[in-house]
Amino acid sequence: MLAIDDLWVNIEEKEVLKGLNLTVPVGETHILFGRNGSGKSTLLMTIMGFERYQVKQGRITFRGEDITHLPTFERARLGLGIAFQRPPTIRGVKTADILRVCSRGAIAPEILASAYDFTAFLDREVNYGFSGGELKRSELLQLLAQNPHMVLLDEPESGVDLENLQVVGDIIGKLLQKERRRQHRDKSGLIITHTGFIMDYVNADRAYILGDGRLCCQGNPRELLQDIKNFGYEECAKCRR
Amino acid sequence: MSEIKERAEQSRQKKAAFGPDLNLDDFSRQGGTWDYDPDYRQFSPEERSRLLTAGIELTDEDHAGTFLQADKAIVHCQTRQAGVEVLPITEAASRHDWVPKLLWGLVPVDADKYTASAELDLDNGYFIRALPGAKIEQPVESCLYLRTDRFAQHVHNLVVVEEGARLHIITGCATHPGVVSGLHIGVSEFYVKKGGHLTFTMVHNWGKNVHVRPRTAVMVEEGGTYISNYILLRPVKTVQMYPSVTLNGPGAVARLQSILIAHPGCELDVGGRVILKAPHTRAEIIARTLATGGTSIARGHLVGLEPQIKAHLECRGLILGNGVVYAIPELEGRVAGVDMSHEAAVGKIAAEEVEYLMARGLDEEEAVSTIVRGFLNVKVEGLPPALEQEMEQAIQESGKGL
Repeated sequence: MLAIDDLWVNIEEKEVLKGLNLTVPVGETHILFGRNGSGKSTLLMTIMGFERYQVKQGRITFRGEDITHLPTFERARLGLGIAFQRPPTIRGVKTADILRVCSRGAIAPEILASAYDFTAFLDREVNYGFSGGELKRSELLQLLAQNPHMVLLDEPESGVDLENLQVVGDIIGKLLQKERRRQHRDKSGLIITHTGFIMDYVNADRAYILGDGRLCCQGNPRELLQDIKNFGYEECAKCRR
Repeated sequence: MSEIKERAEQSRQKKAAFGPDLNLDDFSRQGGTWDYDPDYRQFSPEERSRLLTAGIELTDEDHAGTFLQADKAIVHCQTRQAGVEVLPITEAASRHDWVPKLLWGLVPVDADKYTASAELDLDNGYFIRALPGAKIEQPVESCLYLRTDRFAQHVHNLVVVEEGARLHIITGCATHPGVVSGLHIGVSEFYVKKGGHLTFTMVHNWGKNVHVRPRTAVMVEEGGTYISNYILLRPVKTVQMYPSVTLNGPGAVARLQSILIAHPGCELDVGGRVILKAPHTRAEIIARTLATGGTSIARGHLVGLEPQIKAHLECRGLILGNGVVYAIPELEGRVAGVDMSHEAAVGKIAAEEVEYLMARGLDEEEAVSTIVRGFLNVKVEGLPPALEQEMEQAIQESGKGL
């Protein structure tokens, strides 16, 4: 699904990613761990093609196509979707309108919203005055409407209370076809998480630690999380290298 | 000479408090001659489509009344519904002896050279009245039309909403497609009596070298409501106006909404003032300005003179390209117990908002249009469908070439 080869990325002349390699096969979900500021969000934003993230070297291939220099909207149309950690507010634009944009008119926003108790938000301005949990639900419903081949989730559980976490987890499970048997899954995911709570709701196949601009370690998601908890990022990266 | 004439004479050269000063001798007072036109037959298809973009449909259908003045001439004036009166102001003044007493009751004749000119050399204007208790559901359509290049049009309008009556006026001001320069001076005085309800929607579509000086004041009595919508989407040279609304009786309400686009070369100085003079009055001023190369000064002034009033001012400006938006919100509370607030924000389109929408599959132009559409999204009820299309087109054009 996604292949990243020797990726070097700068933000305003500062090197953030330094020769990162990553492959996410069709139907697999991978988890990204790493300290704050280690470049996890940069990786997701670069995959999505945002202007601030300058690719200095390397290649990103999505579904067999080189997307390294494609504009963001073309990546979205090819089937890449992202849920932002802190999405902006779009004043005057209703949540129902953006759900229509995401699905290109294919799904009625009312049907989608009623399934996840979000009907009351359809008439509200996008992300305006939303709580942490509401923001995440809004982001994930937009992804459901978009129905991408691959989802990029930036800390989907941050700022979400326990009650909302269940809904957030359910939507992510649906996006990544948790209910299907492994060989029947055709959606992929790349998820940034600090707590690992979200791993209860998805079938995570592999996890990485991002440090010093590249993936410095990989393994079973739960084992890796446990190691990070027990020994910290530094030790964990060292011992598994 | 009457006292009013005398004051006007003395103000012939008086500069306005705001806006670029104009030399009135630069304009002609020779308007074209037009016959009265009961069926709108004199209008070419080109003119019709031009007027449509100012919300003027040129039909008596679906309107409680209609009024059209081209340069100096009254071309059309009709009333179709009982309970509403539509007349040229000159005729109303001779028909009702109380009408002259209301003229200059709210706008000072000596405010500036423009008000003085309207008194000293009046062309005409409209008189629209809803009789006591009359609920006029269909809008009254009025049009002030500049048909001759370089012409200076002087009008004086009077609207009276009697006790318990309800009225919606859509007034479209436009120029003939061949007119590029000119001046429109429009004095408007609106009286909303006890429990009355007036919605006044004004749409401007002038030529790019036209100067516009509306002078509007409104008096709202107990329990009355005044809603003003002002829409300016197309290029104009200068517009300077600062309508003033006085909420004179308990429970009176005013809402002033404006949607403006300042194109390259435009100088807009548009304000709104509400004086809350009685307890439990409420006011809201909402201004949205999009500057695509021109300059827009957005003024707003709320004056609270009684406790238990509530007023809010919201002024937002969006700059695309090299435009300038200068927001000047003012709150003036004169007693304890007033509840007044304001919110002003001026800026360009945030790149992160554009990218956010692009991540949902919109290309850059679509993303910018979506943001601009959201920005200008002020609910204006009862707009003719053609005007909504016009608004959509203006939004699409604004997003191009960024």
